[in-house]
Amino acid sequence: MDILPILSTLRRHKLTSWLLILEIALTCAIVCNAVFLIGQRLQRMDMPSGVAEHELLQIQVADVTSPSNPYARLAEDMAALRQVPGVLSVASSNEVPFGNSSSNGNIRLDPAQPERTLNATTYFGENLVQTLGPRLVSGRDLQSDDFVDVEAALKGLSTGDSKSLPHVTLITQTLAERLWPGQNPLGRIIYLTPTVGLRVVGVLDSLARPNAYDQAKAQYSMVVPLRMGADKDLSYLIRARPEDRANVLAAALVALKKVDPQRVVTMQRSFDEVRRKFFQDDRAMAGMLVGVIVALLIVTALGIVGLASFWVAQRRRTIGVRRALGATRGNILHYFQTENFVLATFGIALGMVLAYGVNLFLMSHYELPRLPGIYFPVGAVLLWLIGQLAVLGPALRAAAVPPVVATRSV
Amino acid sequence: MFAYYLDLAVRSLKRNKVLTALMVLAIAVGIGASMTTLTVMHLLSGDPLPGRSGTLFYPQVDADPTNDYSHAEPLDVMDYRSAVDLWSAHRADRQTLVVDSKLKVHAPEVNLPPLMEMMLSTTSDFFPMFDVPFQYGSGWSADDDAKHARVAVISADLNNKLFGGTNSVGHTLRLRDTDVRIVGVLKPWRPSPQFYMVAGGRFANGQTDDFYTKPEDVFTPFTSGLEINDGNFWQFTCWHMPDTPGHLQNAPCVWIRLWVELGGAAKVADYRSFLAGYAAQQKALGRITHADNTRLRSLMQWLDFNHVVPSDVHLQTWLAFAFLAICLFNTVGLLLAKFLRRSGEIGVRRALGASRRAVFAQCLVEAGLIGLLGGIGGWLLTLTGLWLVRRQPSAYADLAHLDAPMFFATFVLAIMVSLLAGALPALRASRIAPALQLKTL
Repeated sequence: MDILPILSTLRRHKLTSWLLILEIALTCAIVCNAVFLIGQRLQRMDMPSGVAEHELLQIQVADVTSPSNPYARLAEDMAALRQVPGVLSVASSNEVPFGNSSSNGNIRLDPAQPERTLNATTYFGENLVQTLGPRLVSGRDLQSDDFVDVEAALKGLSTGDSKSLPHVTLITQTLAERLWPGQNPLGRIIYLTPTVGLRVVGVLDSLARPNAYDQAKAQYSMVVPLRMGADKDLSYLIRARPEDRANVLAAALVALKKVDPQRVVTMQRSFDEVRRKFFQDDRAMAGMLVGVIVALLIVTALGIVGLASFWVAQRRRTIGVRRALGATRGNILHYFQTENFVLATFGIALGMVLAYGVNLFLMSHYELPRLPGIYFPVGAVLLWLIGQLAVLGPALRAAAVPPVVATRSV
Repeated sequence: MFAYYLDLAVRSLKRNKVLTALMVLAIAVGIGASMTTLTVMHLLSGDPLPGRSGTLFYPQVDADPTNDYSHAEPLDVMDYRSAVDLWSAHRADRQTLVVDSKLKVHAPEVNLPPLMEMMLSTTSDFFPMFDVPFQYGSGWSADDDAKHARVAVISADLNNKLFGGTNSVGHTLRLRDTDVRIVGVLKPWRPSPQFYMVAGGRFANGQTDDFYTKPEDVFTPFTSGLEINDGNFWQFTCWHMPDTPGHLQNAPCVWIRLWVELGGAAKVADYRSFLAGYAAQQKALGRITHADNTRLRSLMQWLDFNHVVPSDVHLQTWLAFAFLAICLFNTVGLLLAKFLRRSGEIGVRRALGASRRAVFAQCLVEAGLIGLLGGIGGWLLTLTGLWLVRRQPSAYADLAHLDAPMFFATFVLAIMVSLLAGALPALRASRIAPALQLKTL
């Protein structure tokens, strides 16, 4: 197919050609970036938590009157929960991955260092690693003689008595790699305050923080052997087989109510719900972007249909003359298809530049990474396809123009 | 003439229904998308207290004596000591302290299970300062603040839940273990955002949905609230571990917000120097080290500083306008096709004496009519879009309604867009040479 006659025709329809090119370019730029944004959101929603997500339940209760001995109450609650059939393991915890509410600590590698090295979340509670299920990469888990009571630790902090303070901690691989790149973290000390130094005794493969907003810092977590008493901010975490979870949750609530019938359950959920809730905005945004992309492609396709139909109608006589001079239906069909391909190519080329510009804008305003190159060919193919599909109808109508048209009203 | 053009436009639109439908649809979809996001943006970025916001200010002092970070900005909220000192100085026209906490609420006279609700502990100026509307009763007095009175104001929601919407003033409410007397019931009050609790937006990575939650359901005097729910107050942040978590009066923590009302630039300047003076004095006492790090932002500046509008909403607005632009290009193309197809007819009109201007006007009327139709479609799509927003799990979902200004804006935008889209094709149509067209008829 000779492309020169097409170009010379388009040159005579500069305005409409440019409109179509601009429309395709804008669509291309937005679709590329929207697909990229969807990819980003999906990737975020896939963020690893490091825990056995399909086996975990979280329960929070608030007591009407604070128990006289919260530690005894905790032991009582945990014992009651362990009795529930189907329960594999029970833990107490101050927070859960993706739970939003988080306690954080400033980490220093040298107690005299003026500014913190980084900020990490501190998990504390009993039996956490066994119940949550992150894998121990090296070192050992926390042992019962590592644990100290929170109240005693707070007192120790103000009196300077180091015996009542925790001495060891578990950290994630990511945190270890960030603090001591390429070195063995076991036995090294991190400082939460100038007097509280914690020796790293174990490294976990992954444990996300409750406030994992920033993907780069999502794995900055440590587990500290602090024991909390029963309290409304404390969660009971229960591990059970996925299929048992619903029954276990109901039975666990009954068991907790039996310990104190007056208490109010303030939270009861599976970890699947925790994740769903934490990433709900990302899911909503991704859904909206899909809607926008589909609507955009439809609008662009309709635009192409409209303009192509107009051109076909306008050139009816020319087409008739060509047919009378011996052009086949196939020639006419290919003419319009090639014309659309040429326009789409111009549009896509311009659209790539625009897509890059939009990405630069987004990068500066929304902390997004650079658009990977793969999106350009994908966007191009998508728009070529849409263009060809849209032009097919009008082109077929053009091909159906009979040669006899040429003889009328000349 | 306008009526005649309108008649011509209707005829012309009827002639090619598919093309007309395509154009109306393109405008409707573009308007629907952009007005949905624009309405959300308008609701989230508006002034929560029009007319008053200019006189409300948010003082900040930097009570953190450590050098853990650069201290480019003071901490977002205040420690107990600074907040209470500044409040009791009474150097502003009005001033109020606010702190929220969660507690169990129960009405002993009503047979309903206890509820976990948010309680706002504040001072008497809160209600007049923020124009809080009352349904029954009123707020408490400054005297109640001083006497740690066991009184409370409740929201319309809670009043409906517990007392079926009747006047509950004088009834008793049990907050945790303490009985308080209800002195006021609010009218439904839904400031957007919940401006008096906004803080920490710069750490939220653009996920600021929580700034749009509903106001608390129980309001108690500051002093009473701290006693009633002692041990259950959350810090914003601490620079050392607090000795008594939940009881933060002497803790190295920030957890209280202070708002002041200052009418006039002179008072603002005075308060600024008072704040600086206070910080300097505290530095001399050795309590704080970053004395020069004080701020006094107005309400709107404070909201800006916290980037209250979620970044996803910004992104959606950009996206919607890009979408509208594409719909605009589409409409330009289709209108061009439509007008130029009628070259013959336009040629006849020109030959019969119609001026270029008349042809231009006629084409624009037709474009405007398409815009009006697109506006109706866009309005329906906006309603659908907002309905979808309301079904989202975000904190601001219930706010998403089309108000009168945005309703009119929908049509203004639709007609403007279509006139803009119509201008170029109309210009082209008005340039048609009559003779050339007549020859081919």
